[in-house]
Amino acid sequence: MIALVANPTRAVYAALIATLAVGWALVAFDGGTFTLNDLVGIQQRSAALGIVAVGQTLAILAGSLDLSVAYLISLVSLVAAETMAGQSSNILTAVIVALGVSALVGLVNGVVITKLKVHAFIATLGVALVIRGVLDHLYDGPAGRVPVDFQQLGYARIGPIPVAAILWAAVAFGVWFLLRRTRFGHRVYAVGGDVEVARLSGVRTDRVVIAAHVLCSLCAGVAGLLLASRLGAGAPTVGTDGGYDLESIAAVVLGGTALAGGRGGVAGTVGGVLLLAVLDSVFNQLEVNSFFKDVVRGVVIVVAVAVYARRTGRRAS
Amino acid sequence: MKRAIPIFVVLAGLLVAIAAANPFFLEPAGFLAFLKRVAPLAILAAGQYFVIVSGEFDLSVGSLVTVEVVVAARLIDGDEAMTWPVLILLVVIGLLVGLVNGLVTTKLRVPSFITTLGAMLILSGAVFLWTGGAPRGALSQGFRVFGREGVWAVAILVVVVVAAVLLMRADFGRTLVAAGDNEKAARLSGVRVDRVRVFAFVLSGLSAAIAGILLGGFAGVSAQVGQSLEFQAITAVVLGGVVLGGGRGHVIAAIAGAFTLEALFTLLNLHGISGALEYAVQGVIIIAAVAVGGLRLPALRLSPSKA
Repeated sequence: MIALVANPTRAVYAALIATLAVGWALVAFDGGTFTLNDLVGIQQRSAALGIVAVGQTLAILAGSLDLSVAYLISLVSLVAAETMAGQSSNILTAVIVALGVSALVGLVNGVVITKLKVHAFIATLGVALVIRGVLDHLYDGPAGRVPVDFQQLGYARIGPIPVAAILWAAVAFGVWFLLRRTRFGHRVYAVGGDVEVARLSGVRTDRVVIAAHVLCSLCAGVAGLLLASRLGAGAPTVGTDGGYDLESIAAVVLGGTALAGGRGGVAGTVGGVLLLAVLDSVFNQLEVNSFFKDVVRGVVIVVAVAVYARRTGRRAS
Repeated sequence: MKRAIPIFVVLAGLLVAIAAANPFFLEPAGFLAFLKRVAPLAILAAGQYFVIVSGEFDLSVGSLVTVEVVVAARLIDGDEAMTWPVLILLVVIGLLVGLVNGLVTTKLRVPSFITTLGAMLILSGAVFLWTGGAPRGALSQGFRVFGREGVWAVAILVVVVVAAVLLMRADFGRTLVAAGDNEKAARLSGVRVDRVRVFAFVLSGLSAAIAGILLGGFAGVSAQVGQSLEFQAITAVVLGGVVLGGGRGHVIAAIAGAFTLEALFTLLNLHGISGALEYAVQGVIIIAAVAVGGLRLPALRLSPSKA
């Protein structure tokens, strides 16, 4: 048990399994059933948050954070849906334009943080406000139309597995590979661990932070595309309604990644997102009040981080 | 205090620009209306300043303001006799939330970003669980007078500002800044770092309670009354040249940051840039202000204190 808790990634999966088991029992006791369909539903619902959180992991590991993802998701959903305009032939262009916009926002975030030396909190909050202003100025409500072909991304299944979940898995694997198997990944950990040490060891720290932000924004862009395909249109509130900014940071931290950067990884984040999703669907099954869900979610996040802090603190001392 | 000069220059410029566009602003009634509008944010900024200068964040103040207003409306429910007991209860709630935030952050060593993010979820969830999803009840006239009457709001603001300045001049202020600047050094020189940080969170909770009381009177009861106030308060503090991460900045400058932010909104409104683009302009200005402050910092750091 101690070995389980000592490693946050293992701890979060242990908590995940425990929550699944307890949830299953509670739902059964309540007279309901927890079927394979529910498990599939969990993956489907958590895919968007999962993709954003994987991107957020990169930013946080590099010692930064991104508060602009929620508005970026809304912006991307609108840009994609308007470019598609209901025509299947426009899908490729729309995806390229949407990801281009995302990459640009990430680039701005990264450059403002590294070159203008603005704290990431303020830089990404400022960029979020700029995107919000643009959204409010240009759109009153849903706009654009997503062709039926592209809606497959949000709803289709291959066997029992939703395409959205496969997309999430692919993004997570890609970022995991990047972090664990490439030079860039090692540099992200180095920069997040100690910027000065990394700089003195010859890492071009600015570039690493900028790249992490571009990738983080690209992930948010992919999530925006996914949500547009679900809605069948773009919507100026889809990102903020989901609370993807703070929720994704919470999921990353729940997965054992240190908010200060340099420690953690994608595997933990995936576990953190799944844990939040399982809690959510257990509460749905039990028809628990949604405000009560918020309370529990808040408690779970704080308690989890308190447990991680205890373990790492003891090892250090 | 040298760092704070730019914010006062900017604030003065904005005030002149507002007066030029709208002469009513120079009359006592016009200026009083402006002060009344600034008061809640200025008080929140003072509270947030204590937390930020000690090296932490408080993201829970927005939800806490909502909680205060919603609790007040439900408990008072139009009954004048309930006004004072509820006011006392609101202050106690603010102090308690701050205390819990502080204890969880220092004793359980949860980063304050996460502690207060959790508190934000818990507070807004709990209060609407209690009221069934939407605010209920009504505030009494005796309660609303604080936020509605300019004289009261300004008096409360002045008291808060004076108290904040006195606190920062006392031992507490010096140890708070020391804790934010270099925690280890502060600890080694005998500062009870955890204790001053907990106190900073308590002050932030108290400021949210006061801001909630003013906003309840000023803006009325709604579920959105505190929305995104935490970000506005942090923005105001940072505009005042206070550095995220702690250890640098003056409380008066943080409050001036709140005035600047509100003056900026007023000016944008006067020039017809309302609602939509207001956010975009706000975003650019925040980044620009911090960037300029950041570029200036290395020059200041050359002073002997760094060596």
